[in-house]
Amino acid sequence: MPVLRPTSVDQLLDILANDPSASLLAGGTDLMVEVNLHGRRPATVLSLRSLDELTEWSHRSGRVTIGAGLPYADMEKGPLAQLVPALAQAARTVGSPQIRAAGTIGGNLGTCSPAGDTLPVLAALNATIHVLHRDGVRDVPFSDFMVGVKRNCLRPGEIVHSVTVPVVEGWQGYAKVGTRNAMVISTASACLVHDSVEGLVSIALGAVGPTIIRATEAESWLARNVSLRGSLSISSDIATEFGRRVAAEARPISDHRSTADYRRHAISVLARRLLERAAI
Amino acid sequence: MSNSDTSNVEAYELRINGRNHEVRDSWIGESLLYVLRERLGLPGAKGACEQGECGSCTVIMDGRAVCSCLVMSASAVGSDIATVEGLGTDGQLSDVQRAFLEAGGVQCGFCTPGFIVAVHHLLDASPNPNDEQIKEALSGNICRCTGYGRILEAVRTVAVQRRGQQRGVEA
Repeated sequence: MPVLRPTSVDQLLDILANDPSASLLAGGTDLMVEVNLHGRRPATVLSLRSLDELTEWSHRSGRVTIGAGLPYADMEKGPLAQLVPALAQAARTVGSPQIRAAGTIGGNLGTCSPAGDTLPVLAALNATIHVLHRDGVRDVPFSDFMVGVKRNCLRPGEIVHSVTVPVVEGWQGYAKVGTRNAMVISTASACLVHDSVEGLVSIALGAVGPTIIRATEAESWLARNVSLRGSLSISSDIATEFGRRVAAEARPISDHRSTADYRRHAISVLARRLLERAAI
Repeated sequence: MSNSDTSNVEAYELRINGRNHEVRDSWIGESLLYVLRERLGLPGAKGACEQGECGSCTVIMDGRAVCSCLVMSASAVGSDIATVEGLGTDGQLSDVQRAFLEAGGVQCGFCTPGFIVAVHHLLDASPNPNDEQIKEALSGNICRCTGYGRILEAVRTVAVQRRGQQRGVEA
């Protein structure tokens, strides 16, 4: 019986420990495209649909923990969107309403595409990924989680259980460029978070490198040149130079979606705009 | 394992439009769309892109409008599924279906079942949508020949009709 529907996380981990090659199925928006169009023939599928524990989220002492099975639609609006607005914006740019009703944050992490829309948000917020195995638990910072194009650090038998991000005081946002305005996979994307209490700006870039890239040199340059505590005041020269420095840290390639030159240009514009929005 | 062909899935049951349907002799990767159309005689949901872009296969699953082409059928056991076939009652068209016909929102008709399901899903959750909300709710459904103007008109008409009926009930 190769489609299994475990009813508890423990049962899921048991099955997966015994058969680490089993395919995990959450919303199906990646796996089923591979099955329908690219000839993928999974031997065993573990459906996560019945695991309500994975679709919960909670807010405790300044941190939000989101179950891996939470669909994008549930991040777009409501209290979660108010707590983590950049995640809501990123979720809102994913596919169509039908896709957002099905696709999950755990699926985004499992597939780990450089164009995954929630991933720059997790990188900019220094998210922690909670990873479970039958034999133990480990917490992985997002910066260690994604290790290459569609590659993450999960070991055989492990699953993403949930993700924790801080609630940050200050502006945060997500922006992306594609070949049209809706239902599009990112050509370049970025998430900027301004922590007005700590006096930090972080920016993470999607689809312009093999992994999500934190433009740490541009972040430090900004911190040296602008007061980041409280509300931001950004001149257009500073914003433009920030964009230029962010683009210098991108490592884009040319592929069927775009060229490296265009991506580098686009990411400089996105970084400049996000910083300007943070200052409004 | 005695059966060397591991791609066969044991028989399972799906709950569709309030009825249980048994699915036998299926292959592991079959989508809900395929099973509805080819195994269960419910061809209302249409197959086109098979990758969640066009919305012509839209069904309601546990209260959410989803693309049935991206639902692995055997994983849908235990879910409540509603297809376009289940929207009308006693062989009559639903109010949304009638409004599409009257507004001229149906030309070739291929995308229509997906739209009808998406509109029911919208109006059941938001009885009084503005144009932005209607466009947003239907942004995952692509029509290539009718055009969207008459479809929007149909949705507005149903919303007004339903509010009228609601007032009638309250009065």
